[in-house]
Amino acid sequence: MDAVVFWALAAGATVLAVAVFVVDSMARATFALLGSFLLAAGEIILLGLAYLGVVIVVMMIMEMVIMAVFMVMYMMNPAGLMPMSMVHNQRGALVIAGGVFAALAAGIFLIPWPTQGTHSSGADATFDLGKVLMGPHMLTMMLLGITLFATMIVTVSLAAARGRYDRLGDDLEGGSRQ
Amino acid sequence: MSLQVFLLLAAALFCVGVYGALSQQSIVMLMMGLELMFNGITVAASAFWAYVGPGSPSDQVVVVVAVVAMAVEMAVGFAVTTAIFRARDVDMTDMAADLKQ
Repeated sequence: MDAVVFWALAAGATVLAVAVFVVDSMARATFALLGSFLLAAGEIILLGLAYLGVVIVVMMIMEMVIMAVFMVMYMMNPAGLMPMSMVHNQRGALVIAGGVFAALAAGIFLIPWPTQGTHSSGADATFDLGKVLMGPHMLTMMLLGITLFATMIVTVSLAAARGRYDRLGDDLEGGSRQ
Repeated sequence: MSLQVFLLLAAALFCVGVYGALSQQSIVMLMMGLELMFNGITVAASAFWAYVGPGSPSDQVVVVVAVVAMAVEMAVGFAVTTAIFRARDVDMTDMAADLKQ
């Protein structure tokens, strides 16, 4: 049963991931990416990490809905009415991606992984994560918090419109304007 | 189910992301490739949690870090896109190649 669920989710996640770069509209690409994330989160839940899986589901739905708005903003091909191809060096990219996949797959099957049986108990896993984040991995948690805070400042200051002081400096009459 | 098939799925997602990040011209489509690479990393870390070293919570911390990195990447990516679009009407990577030399 688990195997059937795994292969269904895996096939769906991979197909949707490919669809991101195949479909004609950037809005459709966004929702294909959302589908890929949701199916991958299903795999994570299948592995026994119910909490993290649900966190990824909730976060990705919000993130992709916001992303869809930006996609529509920067979309050169609204509604996918015309075929869209915005790629450069496609052959090189395909070769590199295929090479990386071959190398990873070779590693996956050649390395003798130290498997020590499975571990599947969702409640314990969530408790462990909370305990480790508030204990030995407190530094990680603090760095993540600071990073997110810095991200807020950076994004606002980058995306804010240039005001007259940026354009003209102190000389508001525009004497030195170029 | 075994560790290998989960890692294979993770590798597939990662490599689709690599292809997208390398081939797409639009900056926002490029960011979708980066997100797919993070997606593969979360699947791989979860598989390591389940199969290697029984239930060590450090693998879950990797997933948390990857999820935060995804959020930061998207936010900063869109901010940079907005900034360069405001400044120069650029939304394609090839149009912003003047740092190349």
